[in-house]
Amino acid sequence: MNLISTVAQRVLWAAILLLAVLVLNFSMMHLAPGDVADTIAQSMGGADAEVLEQIRTDYGLDQPFLSQLSNYVGKVLHFDLGYSYFYNQPVTKLIFEKLPATLILVITAQLLALIIGVLLGVYSARNQEGWVSHFVTLFALFGYSAPVFWTGILLLIAFSLKIPLFPVAGMVDVTVEGGAIAKFLDLLRHMVLPVITLASIFIALYSRLCRATMMEVLQTDYIRTAKSKGLSTREIIYKHALKNSLSPVITLAGLQFSAVVSGAVLVETVFSWPGLGTLALQSIIARDTPTILGILFFSALVVIVGNLLTDLALRFVDPRVRGH
Amino acid sequence: MQAFLKKLVFATTTALLISTSLTATSLWAEDTPTKGGSLVFTLGQTPRHLNPAVQSGTATGAPGAQLFAAPLRYDEDWTPQPYLAESWEIADDGLSVTLNLVQNAVFHDGKPITSEDVAFSVKTIQENHPFKTMFAPVTEVQTPDAHTAILKLSKPHPALMLAMSSQLMPIIPKHVYGDGQDPKAHPQNSENVVGSGPFKLVEFKRDEHIILERFDDFFMEGRPYLDKLVMRIIKDPSARAIGLENGEIHMSTFEVVARDIKRLQKVDSLTATPEGYAAIGPLDWLAFNTAAGKTADINVRKAIAYAIDRNFILNAIHLGIADEASTGIHPGSPLYNADVENYEFDLDKANQLLDDAGYAKGDDGMRFKLNIDFGWPEMKPKAEYTKAALKKVGIDVTVRSSPDFPSWAKRISNYDFDMTWDTVFNWGDPVIGVHRTYQSSNIKPGVIWSNTQSYKNDRVDELMEMAGVETDTEKRAALYAEFQKIVTDELPLYTTNTLPYHTVYNNKVGNPPLGIWASSSPMDRVYLKQ
Repeated sequence: MNLISTVAQRVLWAAILLLAVLVLNFSMMHLAPGDVADTIAQSMGGADAEVLEQIRTDYGLDQPFLSQLSNYVGKVLHFDLGYSYFYNQPVTKLIFEKLPATLILVITAQLLALIIGVLLGVYSARNQEGWVSHFVTLFALFGYSAPVFWTGILLLIAFSLKIPLFPVAGMVDVTVEGGAIAKFLDLLRHMVLPVITLASIFIALYSRLCRATMMEVLQTDYIRTAKSKGLSTREIIYKHALKNSLSPVITLAGLQFSAVVSGAVLVETVFSWPGLGTLALQSIIARDTPTILGILFFSALVVIVGNLLTDLALRFVDPRVRGH
Repeated sequence: MQAFLKKLVFATTTALLISTSLTATSLWAEDTPTKGGSLVFTLGQTPRHLNPAVQSGTATGAPGAQLFAAPLRYDEDWTPQPYLAESWEIADDGLSVTLNLVQNAVFHDGKPITSEDVAFSVKTIQENHPFKTMFAPVTEVQTPDAHTAILKLSKPHPALMLAMSSQLMPIIPKHVYGDGQDPKAHPQNSENVVGSGPFKLVEFKRDEHIILERFDDFFMEGRPYLDKLVMRIIKDPSARAIGLENGEIHMSTFEVVARDIKRLQKVDSLTATPEGYAAIGPLDWLAFNTAAGKTADINVRKAIAYAIDRNFILNAIHLGIADEASTGIHPGSPLYNADVENYEFDLDKANQLLDDAGYAKGDDGMRFKLNIDFGWPEMKPKAEYTKAALKKVGIDVTVRSSPDFPSWAKRISNYDFDMTWDTVFNWGDPVIGVHRTYQSSNIKPGVIWSNTQSYKNDRVDELMEMAGVETDTEKRAALYAEFQKIVTDELPLYTTNTLPYHTVYNNKVGNPPLGIWASSSPMDRVYLKQ
């Protein structure tokens, strides 16, 4: 019962938040000088005055701001994200075309970062003076401070050009023939570099945090008790210490989910990954308001769902949360 | 006309005979085109859709020219060649152009391409294409029979010839696009495209790729050579460069980053060439606001031109890959006039002009302040250089950035600027892409790439008017020569160079599209060497 009302409350807040996101972004887009007619003219190498006027009338850009806004919000309340000005396609169609690519990238990178980050963290906490530990510190510093697009380009130069192991861009090689397995292997090959790039920041983050909390946990009384009871190190680490040091990592992972999504925009651009990030960038450059708002709506949704999942995961690892 | 054609045939045959005997060995050594294979091509931007009849621009032009055939095509020398029209006649009074269409041409759905489709295409373009001047004088398209289309004109219109190429006049099926829907938003602009060109659409995924496949019933026997043409959309220039270098991509057009091009030129397996962009005609220029502020003074504009070292722009900013250009017409055009004031770098002259115009230097060595704008990040080095160059003659320049294209377009098209760097395309005939910059009737607030300089000169207006209807090639060239002389002298804008677009291709590619329209031309002759 408690859980249901909590969830209901959250969903309500989320809806209000989403509406605020829409209104705020719509207004901000409107404040910027120029509009989509200019970018359409740009993509066409110039346009006659009459054509520009026609575009503005077609998209209602000649209407007063408030009526444009109320029109838009009205449509969204009816679950219609509108029509992309730039592509002349329904925004929902554009988004659903791109969403799977982004989800594959983001989820794989996040999982990879969690697994590798935690493993590295645990290992370096156990061998604090070993080279792995120093490597983790160094890697964390490097991974966190290097901009993702830079890491991406370096990886491209190293593993696409110098040692041509991986493709330079895109998600599939359309010239690959063969069945589902060949296609899947091809997808994996395309995923390697973007996933590593996106994961690199978060591996750094999680391994640092995991190392710190693990070291703290290993100093606690109950670990000492466990040791004196004669449990094996493996059991102590993985059964007792890890579970307790995981909850801050999971909280952070949840909070970072939005950062993963925004990181995806950069990574997708470098690797021409055909996801929401590429679409977002394109629509921002093109002043394609309905598409930008649609994407913001979706990423807000993704972040909210991500946070909800984090909560549930925390309940699983930390019994104290379950009690509240 | 008849006599002219005879002469042309004679001249061509003679030239061909001579060149054949001279280069017989090299001709034999040349590869015979291989059939089959998939060519991987890359586009730097996603087209809005694939129908060039209602969307201009080279992003739509590249796939558009493969999907749709046009009445004519052009070789490297600006000579029209038969395409969907196997022959054509221009009436002596210049008031009608008759196109004789090939008999066996069909659309991708198997329906024949007829004169009705030509008439429908012209009408659709007239109503929806952003370049209104292309077909403005066309009053009617008569269709006496299925394979004859007669374009009736209200006045002679030589620009029509270049407008009849793939980039500007795709022949689209009436039975598809004439169904009453708005052609600009027609669903078949992006999906299930029924084209008339050498390749048909397999799949268009935005931001990903356009896959085209050989159209087996294409009207030109044996063409196209390729089985498949994959256009990958890769926006990042470094990624494209790496892909070309490691062989993943066979060919890319419109490459412009000097650093990448220099590097790719050194790769053994690749060729990087600036050939093939003359009709597109991209020019970089510094535009002035001639209606307000200090730049309204012609002497200030001239002084600025003298103070800017064009060689610095060519060699330091473009690393030597761009060509010099002096007027509003691309140097690759037969109408270009190089015999104009060139504004050789001369600081003394610049200072003198400013002194004489009464702008004395103040105590800080500065005469007055100006703003400079630029439309997109690639232009920033030029703006920064201009600031440094003009400081030497006592003009204090503030560089203004715009967050994006629409913000810049808004400023410039509402005359809120002193000077701005810009790139503008010729789009074939001057009537289409050059007149718009200078016509006094085209000073239109809110419209970017109109006459945003607010330039007015009656003689210039008159020259453009006359050249627009002049059918005699030499007389026409003379009119444009005078036009270029005046506008270079009065300097509403100072042209410095061609935008150095390059086509980069793997040496495995045969017959890359190096004609005047680059990749906005049919690639039916392109092949992959074995």
